[in-house]
Amino acid sequence: MTVFDRAYDDTVRVLDEDGEVVGDVPDLDDDSLVEMYRHMRLARHFDGRAVSLQRQGRMGTYPPLSGQEGAQIGSAYALDADDWMIPSYREHGAALVHGLPLKQTLLYWMGHEDGNNAPPDVNVFPVAVPIASQVPHATGAAWASKLRGEDDAFVCYFGDGATSEGDFHEGVNFAGVFDTPTVFFCNNNQWAISVPRERQTRSATLAQKAEAYGIDGVQVDGMDPLAVYSVTEAALEKARDPDADRPRPTLIEAVQYRFGAHTTADDPTVYRDDDEVESWKRKDPIDRLESYLRGEGILDDERVAEIESSVEAQVADAIDAAESMARPDPRELFEHAYAELPPELERQYEEFAALRDERGDAAFLED
Amino acid sequence: MTETQNLTLVQAIRDGLHTELREDEDMVVMGQDVGKNGGVFRATEGLFDEFGGDRVIDTPLAESGIVGTAVGMAAMGMRPVPEIQFSGFMYPGFDQIVSHMARFRTRSRGRFTLPMTLRAPYGGGIRAPEHHSESKEAFYAHEAGLKVVIPSTPYEAKGLLAASIRDPDPVIFLEPKLIYRAFREEVPEEPYTVPIGEAATRREGDDVAVFTYGAMTRPTLEAAETLGEEGIECEVVDLRTISPLDREAIVEAFEKTGRAVVVHEAPKTGGLAGEITAILQEEALLYQEAPIGRVTGFDVPYPLYALEDYYLPSAARIEDGILEAVEF
Repeated sequence: MTVFDRAYDDTVRVLDEDGEVVGDVPDLDDDSLVEMYRHMRLARHFDGRAVSLQRQGRMGTYPPLSGQEGAQIGSAYALDADDWMIPSYREHGAALVHGLPLKQTLLYWMGHEDGNNAPPDVNVFPVAVPIASQVPHATGAAWASKLRGEDDAFVCYFGDGATSEGDFHEGVNFAGVFDTPTVFFCNNNQWAISVPRERQTRSATLAQKAEAYGIDGVQVDGMDPLAVYSVTEAALEKARDPDADRPRPTLIEAVQYRFGAHTTADDPTVYRDDDEVESWKRKDPIDRLESYLRGEGILDDERVAEIESSVEAQVADAIDAAESMARPDPRELFEHAYAELPPELERQYEEFAALRDERGDAAFLED
Repeated sequence: MTETQNLTLVQAIRDGLHTELREDEDMVVMGQDVGKNGGVFRATEGLFDEFGGDRVIDTPLAESGIVGTAVGMAAMGMRPVPEIQFSGFMYPGFDQIVSHMARFRTRSRGRFTLPMTLRAPYGGGIRAPEHHSESKEAFYAHEAGLKVVIPSTPYEAKGLLAASIRDPDPVIFLEPKLIYRAFREEVPEEPYTVPIGEAATRREGDDVAVFTYGAMTRPTLEAAETLGEEGIECEVVDLRTISPLDREAIVEAFEKTGRAVVVHEAPKTGGLAGEITAILQEEALLYQEAPIGRVTGFDVPYPLYALEDYYLPSAARIEDGILEAVEF
């Protein structure tokens, strides 16, 4: 029996809240497990620094991910370098694992378009802000790969709120019809800003929505990085292998919790209880992987301390690098609107550039 | 000697798709009824049989899904040519058009480009049901990052379509369905392009410049001929691309005549006529001898067909508008 033959509410688990093994531990060597743990620590530390940068006025609105490291890092670890990631706006941790430098993520939230300009060998799509609108892109991109006879897989991230959107339906439906190599990864963090999961759908699970599209659906404990890794790995394998005797697309519902606010502009105390937050914090994906790794003798105090200081240094370096980027030249406003700048846009730029020369930058920039 | 065929506009579109499918194996045609059925207007007739279901793809009936999956395909380097069966049904896909199709290049600093062409028949005059007759081209012209092309002759339809498909930027290609079968023209069988962003002068005249595009080109020319018999000579300029506009040609025709009228079937407020008027104010105010006229659809929801002849600018309304500009 594969993970895809379970009941939709039969949540896949590997580690319980205390890090005790309750399922099949995936076949990962010690270095990979430590690396996974390190990435989760890195994502958590990055997240805290990013929120504080916003509070200090050094960054714009930022969507925090704390609590969701198990789902993000666990799933991204299952991707091959050639596979593609189609993120929403909260997948900083997943994108990091797939090769997107932290500096890029910081730049994007610091208002630089260049943040989305991933290095050419990093198969990560730009951030998609409108909810669920990236779902059809993931299907289309995977479809293109299939039509060309390539065997890459595509993982698309979105939240529980996205499953109420039409684009979720249309994107997943196309994937089912054309049997595209797409893994739809739903980060069900319980809250779409202030609206709870129960207000999105009467369905008992989000995973069961797969049934209507004729594709596989599976629910996994999103606070359990090893379970997430296993399920995503199985879904990607199935997506890549066109001979598999199953639909290539999969819908994964990773049940998890957003510890912090929707964004730095949101105050979650208005709509949810501290007790709820505390109960989910006891399921912390980082603590549970750490407990497991300590129990297995793979991690000890010394190793954890090393990791702690190395992630602090890495994030500090990324912040330095991002903050040292100069404000882009206004020419950049125009540069990529079209492959070749139409004459009218050239004129608009030149008119502005002449006035800027005359009046100086101070006339245009806020203090 | 180039072989030609005598084709209607919709046949020329079909021929353009056919030629480009042969030229570029990364191109696919996709949409509702485009495959086996050959399109409700026959714009894709026979393409499914020749190129197969992986190149000429019948999709689920879902406009956002059609546009959104085409965005994903194009981001991976393919050249999808999605069809929306009527432009009145583009709105479920509107978010994909403005949030993604128009923005991907900018958003990724040019890493991801979307060489896709979204085709849709548009405009009124065919006695169609509700939602099948609107002209909402101004929505798309307002959206930076898109190009918007509207052909009005069979020869140019094929060439403009080829240019759109080969263009590195996303193109909204609106086909004036009123003239899909209105007349025939010799259309070369071989591939060729007609450049995007260039207007065409359809008639020379010194008294007044009349700017139009799409299906309105015909009644405008008809009005110009009638007025010509009375000694009023109209310069008729067919814009062909409404984004980016050929400002140079627009200004040149105006400087020659000092008077202008813009004709489109889309409603007046917020339409292209306002934009063209503003361009002329900016660039050629001192040439202006009369208020710039706008002969357009009314600012009302497009009517059912019992009233559509009153709604659409007719040769009579166009003549009247031109006379106002000339006699001012």
